[in-house]
Amino acid sequence: MNTESDLAEALQHAVIVDSDHLGRLRSRLAASAATQGLLDVAYRTIDTPVGSLLLAATDTGLVRVAYANEDHDRVLQTLSDRISPRILHHPSRLDTTARELDEYFAGRRRTFSVPLDWQLSAGFRAAVLQHLTDIEYGHTASYATVARLAGRPKAFRAVGTACATNPLPVVVPCHRVVKSDGSMGGYLGGPDAKATLLELEAAA
Amino acid sequence: MSRKPPFEAIVETHGATVLRVCRAVVGAAEADDAWSETFLSAMKAYPALPDDANVEAWLVTIAHRRAIDAGRAQSRRAVPTDSIADRADRPDRSEPDPDLMAALEGLPDKQRLSVTYHYLAGLPYAEIASILGGSADAARRAAADGIAALRRSTVVATSQTTDRTTR
Repeated sequence: MNTESDLAEALQHAVIVDSDHLGRLRSRLAASAATQGLLDVAYRTIDTPVGSLLLAATDTGLVRVAYANEDHDRVLQTLSDRISPRILHHPSRLDTTARELDEYFAGRRRTFSVPLDWQLSAGFRAAVLQHLTDIEYGHTASYATVARLAGRPKAFRAVGTACATNPLPVVVPCHRVVKSDGSMGGYLGGPDAKATLLELEAAA
Repeated sequence: MSRKPPFEAIVETHGATVLRVCRAVVGAAEADDAWSETFLSAMKAYPALPDDANVEAWLVTIAHRRAIDAGRAQSRRAVPTDSIADRADRPDRSEPDPDLMAALEGLPDKQRLSVTYHYLAGLPYAEIASILGGSADAARRAAADGIAALRRSTVVATSQTTDRTTR
């Protein structure tokens, strides 16, 4: 019984770490890191009618909204690779975004006011995404129309790609882009999520 | 392209171990601050850390250095242990074991740190040698001496810990 490994185990027991206590330390760490300018990306998740959404923000603004089917762990790894590995769970930087999304899903908000960080999209895709906010709440536009708006009328396939890789779904409304024949078309959050958003906006 | 995990994953994976180490190195009263300082420092340096680095050894090294800088690692002294009679009243096994902790805190620095870094942080003796200076053999001997001393001073406490886990 009184072997080295027993003693090692007893040592682990001697300094057992309470998970609530550690949770408080982690919150405090995130707040200090933010204050000291060390927190390059803050994130949190929120529960919505289209499932859990990951929200991530830099100092510039909201940089990523991700559906659960995109795999939040993978999304965080991509943020680490592309922006900075200095990423912590820090909900308070995203309080306003979370509140605006809550209001949107409750049918009480039509546009978002939070600043956006566009660094994850570039070139024509970025141009396409920035035109999506021209499509008003409750309306839809075809891929061809959006291609025209973005200045490349023949590039409707590229518009599809831009929508499929939208780093800021819901807030940048790629769900309002549908096929020319009126059918819904694909969606990075899955067809059910697209239908839910379009129904929500049609009903409000 | 770098494949460095988000820092949150580092805190998730190593947060508990680093807190144990901080408690053993600077004592419970200062452990929370030492933990925060360690992770803030680590976060500052994290982007430049080589992808294949031993993250736990790196964190322990930072914790160790900060403790040294603050003059804390050397100044730890034994605190009185509870009497044997008190031990029976100890709440439950999720509570830290003050006797063993006190015995650990009472060890000479080199032994205490070698035991902590090997048995609490799981570092190999070669890593411990690079943190503490000296050779891996010296670190191994210090840890063995420390364990022997702990065993002598905590035979009762250890058997009680075992009893509690099976209750």
